[in-house]
Amino acid sequence: MKKLRINQKNITIMATIGLLVLLYMIGILSFKNFSKPQVFLNIFVDNAFLIVVATGLAFVMISGGIDLSVSSVVAFTTMALSSMLQSGVNAYLAMVIVLAGGILFGLLQGFIIVRFNIHSWIVTLAGMFLARGSCYLISIQSIPINNEVFVELSKHKIYLYGKNFISISVVVALAVVAIAILVSKYTKFGRSLYAIGGNKKSAILMGLPVMRNNITAYAISSFCAVLGGIIFSLYMLSGYALHCDGLEMDAIACCVIGGILLTGGVGNLIGPLLGVMSMGIIQTIIMFQGTLSSWWTKIVIGILLTVFIVLQRFIVLQREKRGKVQAIERDTKPKTSKSTA
Amino acid sequence: MLKRLLENMKEKKLLWPSVALLSICLINFFSIPNFFTIVVKDGHLFGSVIDILNRSSVLIIMSIGMTLVIATRGIDISVGAVAAVSGAVACTMIDAGQPLFAAIAAALMVSMLCGIWNGLLVAKLGIQCMVGTLILMIVGRGIAMLITGGQIVTVTSEAYSYLANGFLFGLPFSLFITAFVTIVILFFVRKTAYGLFLEAAGTNPSATKFAGINASNIIFIAYVISGVTAGISGLLISSNIKAADSIHAGHWKELDAILATVIGGTSMLGGRAYIGGTIIGALFIQSITTTIYAMGVPPEITLIVKAVVIIIVTLMQSDELRMMFSRLRKSERLTI
Repeated sequence: MKKLRINQKNITIMATIGLLVLLYMIGILSFKNFSKPQVFLNIFVDNAFLIVVATGLAFVMISGGIDLSVSSVVAFTTMALSSMLQSGVNAYLAMVIVLAGGILFGLLQGFIIVRFNIHSWIVTLAGMFLARGSCYLISIQSIPINNEVFVELSKHKIYLYGKNFISISVVVALAVVAIAILVSKYTKFGRSLYAIGGNKKSAILMGLPVMRNNITAYAISSFCAVLGGIIFSLYMLSGYALHCDGLEMDAIACCVIGGILLTGGVGNLIGPLLGVMSMGIIQTIIMFQGTLSSWWTKIVIGILLTVFIVLQRFIVLQREKRGKVQAIERDTKPKTSKSTA
Repeated sequence: MLKRLLENMKEKKLLWPSVALLSICLINFFSIPNFFTIVVKDGHLFGSVIDILNRSSVLIIMSIGMTLVIATRGIDISVGAVAAVSGAVACTMIDAGQPLFAAIAAALMVSMLCGIWNGLLVAKLGIQCMVGTLILMIVGRGIAMLITGGQIVTVTSEAYSYLANGFLFGLPFSLFITAFVTIVILFFVRKTAYGLFLEAAGTNPSATKFAGINASNIIFIAYVISGVTAGISGLLISSNIKAADSIHAGHWKELDAILATVIGGTSMLGGRAYIGGTIIGALFIQSITTTIYAMGVPPEITLIVKAVVIIIVTLMQSDELRMMFSRLRKSERLTI
């Protein structure tokens, strides 16, 4: 039987869970109504889209790249959906269209990055501009969504017990996280992503389909961004080109706090969920506090980010040191055996 | 001989950005009447070209700092946030009745501190450049908000407004600031050993280390310079609108600065710093923006144009694409 041990692999996850509990305790101890279950559930209700986006982004980050276009893709999805719904397209058909478009967009970005070996930062930056600019092409103003299906879906509440409820989007978000964990742990694709992120050259030498899998990671990220966009339009019931400005940085921050190494190759897919939850709790605390302004969220997130990045750096440094020690031992052993012989 | 060869190569590097800039100018020449007309009004020069030069000064100054960082194989994505912080410090101090020079000095000190913070994380702790500067990018605007108290601080100081809106000898004053910064950095990079070490550190950090150069110090200084240049452009931004807007000042400017540097021929892989190219790249971006405004096309198109330009330029710089073309020419089939 495997025991849950605190080793390098899960130390950041442990740290994140510890942080989560700590933040929640601070909230409960300082505010009267913080312990109500609905407060906790609302963290999921309000951040369902971010959970989906961050989980998709985590795939790209594990493969060693980055996807900056997610926020603009979310905004573009809200715009495309609302304008399609306005012109009378069936709601489910519209969702399928945007999801397919998202996969195509991700494949294109991934292809340019992987095939031409261009930095993912630059290409997804262009993708970000492209998606955001296309929003303005559809409309400069905000478009409301009055579609019956959408309104119905967004109003629907799933009661867990008593009066405490979650929305459909929370179920979708948690399902995405569950699928992501399964894919990353138990499929060839998932395992090869870790190999690519760990060391691309050795992944190629191992004969893994690096190019295909790497491109797929970008497609997954864009797909999740579009799914997040659908959830966000359910949440906001409007399409607007300025929706989610700067969301990509929040998503990256959530992934990093959740223990996904930005250098690639390391991270558990539960991490983004934990990262989003800690951010949600911070936001809730600041909301409960009342006098602090919203920019404190950014400062606190930044401080947490610093702590986690430095922590990760020390883990990597330690591993490098251990690797060196092992290498030295390996190198010195045959010598000693020779000398004794 | 070798020197001339190097000069030639450098000229070739400058060739493509210059062609791009010239073609934009040509498009303007034919499509917009009076684009190149410069009139003298109230003893100042007026015209679209002067306007482009004036407006691009913010981007040029920021991009020069970025060029140094990219030459070390790094990136500084916090410049927009640092610009916001610098503007916030300056405007808040002037608003509180402090003398102008104290305010400017304080703003530059704070932005230098931001650069030092980035440098510590990236060069000393060895954190990935994007990750290290990401922190300040997120926190920076929060800090700027904290300084201004969440308000847009407006200043009435004529002297402060002169920085971006004033004219000296008939030319915009911001041009002189740009020229000053450019000359100082050019001198630093081309006439001192620092420039050599900088490019060496970007080409091969471990080889540089073995050559006895403290590469981490060199990289550290690049980030500090980038912080200061971002601070200067932040001053210009806030002086232009006579206010410190913590949210919108320098928003997405970091991306423009990276774009200007890459268009100017400095590779993201580091090792070379083409400051001249960067200036042309920044002018090119500003010309596109001004052209789009002048042509009466909805300004939102700018983003799409920028996206297409980024993709084309980076594809042209990519070795794989060149290999693909040369392979097509030779009609050979190679497997990787």
